[in-house]
Amino acid sequence: MSHLAVPKTYKLYIGGKFPRSESGRVYEIVDASGEFLANAAHASRKDARDAVVAARAAVSGWSKATGYNRGQVLYRIAELLEGRRAQFVDEIVRSEGVSAAAATAQVDEAIDRWIWYAGWADKYVQVAGNANAVSGPYFNISVPEPTGVVAIVAPQDSSLVGFISAVAPALVAGNTVVVIAAERLPLSAISLAEVLATSDVPGGVVNILTGSPAEIAPWLASHADVNALDLVGAGALDWVQLQIDAAETLKRVFPPEQGSDAAAPSLARIVGFTETKTVWHTKSLI
Amino acid sequence: MFLSTTGVLVTIDRLVSPASRATEVLGGELTESSLKSYLNGISGVDAVGLESRAADLGSRSIKTTSKAWALDRIISLIDLTTLEGADTPGKVRSLVAKGLTPDAADPACPRVAAVCVYGDMVPAAVEALGASHGLDEAPGGINVAAVATAFPSGRASLAVKLADTADAVAAGADEIDMVIDRGAFLSGRYGQVFDEIVAVKEACRRSDGSFAHLKVILETGELNTYDNVRRASWLSILAGGDFIKTSTGKVAPAATLPVTLLMLEVVRDWHRLTGEKIGVKPAGGIRTSKDAIKYLVAVAETAGEEWLQPHLFRFGASSLLNDVLMQRQKLASGHYSGADYVTID
Repeated sequence: MSHLAVPKTYKLYIGGKFPRSESGRVYEIVDASGEFLANAAHASRKDARDAVVAARAAVSGWSKATGYNRGQVLYRIAELLEGRRAQFVDEIVRSEGVSAAAATAQVDEAIDRWIWYAGWADKYVQVAGNANAVSGPYFNISVPEPTGVVAIVAPQDSSLVGFISAVAPALVAGNTVVVIAAERLPLSAISLAEVLATSDVPGGVVNILTGSPAEIAPWLASHADVNALDLVGAGALDWVQLQIDAAETLKRVFPPEQGSDAAAPSLARIVGFTETKTVWHTKSLI
Repeated sequence: MFLSTTGVLVTIDRLVSPASRATEVLGGELTESSLKSYLNGISGVDAVGLESRAADLGSRSIKTTSKAWALDRIISLIDLTTLEGADTPGKVRSLVAKGLTPDAADPACPRVAAVCVYGDMVPAAVEALGASHGLDEAPGGINVAAVATAFPSGRASLAVKLADTADAVAAGADEIDMVIDRGAFLSGRYGQVFDEIVAVKEACRRSDGSFAHLKVILETGELNTYDNVRRASWLSILAGGDFIKTSTGKVAPAATLPVTLLMLEVVRDWHRLTGEKIGVKPAGGIRTSKDAIKYLVAVAETAGEEWLQPHLFRFGASSLLNDVLMQRQKLASGHYSGADYVTID
């Protein structure tokens, strides 16, 4: 008996669910040689709007979790990624047209970076925070707190490692994210969504849109309920205009980065999307 | 009841006793058994048809210009509500301020129709409104609605309910939201429910002989069937209610589109029968502009566009207003707004 091939339907990931685009649109994903690979949902501005609503609703729970707890939850995702290596390698080989060795190296690098960021969850506050010296009988303490909803344009030339390098640091601090995956290479991002959906990450903490960044990014940049904008993968867009739109609502913004070391792991990517809270407390009671 | 040339609803038949209104419709003597046989004789509701009709009304395509109109109209139909045990005069003052100036960044934003509070908060609301008190009395004014009759359960003696009502009216309430005795209704004691509504209506009489508007809350979430909702709607209108209102907001499910559609059909039928216009107020559970627009469509296509005015249709809501304001800002600015750009209440 011959086997009937069942192609996978790649959908969006919003609020812990996998909806199709409200617009009903899909677009073709082709492999490196131009052959049809899959259909992916072509997200509209209304999908982006729904994703922001879901992300906003998830902020209080995720940002109030202890850093230790967030670290555990993120580490667990690395465990799940490890179990799905073969699927990610296969998807990268097919969509990027690279060798199995190169795809394996990318998956390894992605998992390593994820674990590196997970480890920072209960440590970045100690490094980025400070006990300030003041002229008076007070403790004066500055601590970083998550800024809220972060919109991300993921690197467009990398399936998995670029996506993870942009998303993980925003999550570590307790932000929730709405991320536009690489337009031509979205398969790994949606497979990662399946990992997230079966992990302990609450629904709405990560929301993944596939489709045209040029179409969706302006709506996220101008959205008043988005607190920060990571334009790391927006080099091919009119990113200056996106920055101007973001300035209207005082968003924190990361500029585009190009090349193989785009979004390289750094503490700055975690701290960049935080707000510093400074508290004064009297010393008189001790 | 008729519309004067200014478009302001004038009530002249309110001095006629409700009982005589019911006698006319029922044709004959008004007794418990005649009321019962009349209400039980009302045809049953096609539940599947009602729900599919409601779903159909909810799928209308609303274009941008209509949406702009609808958003402004929704605001002017809102009974901005706070009904919490933790309410304070300060909370009511801030509610009134929000009702008068919903969007501080846009002076062109319309005002709500009324603020809806517990009876003991009426003086605070009246004082906070000052010269802007009264939908018909003052230009740009808004009404004060008070829930009464042992809201939300209605479990108190008639004397207590009447005192509750008279107290709120004396304090300056323009509208009274009463609850029916669901226990009596579900036991089939229609006469008792009827008499209570008549008595509360009488308690709405002010010292100058005019009446505070009476909204009768059916609490449809406790009536179990659409047939009961239809009967309770007829009963409330026969007994003299100016408005029929779905819910207290304290029981789930609160307002739903099918139930509101059913009540609108009763109001339409009553208008055809007597020429009198009764208002409808869905309350509770309507939180988004999208939902509210579905209700506007249902009103326009059932009772008629004429009902889309504060004397004949209201939304009982608290969080709806902020969502409408954010949609308004989106239409004006071209980009999505956020909760940081509307006032919290």
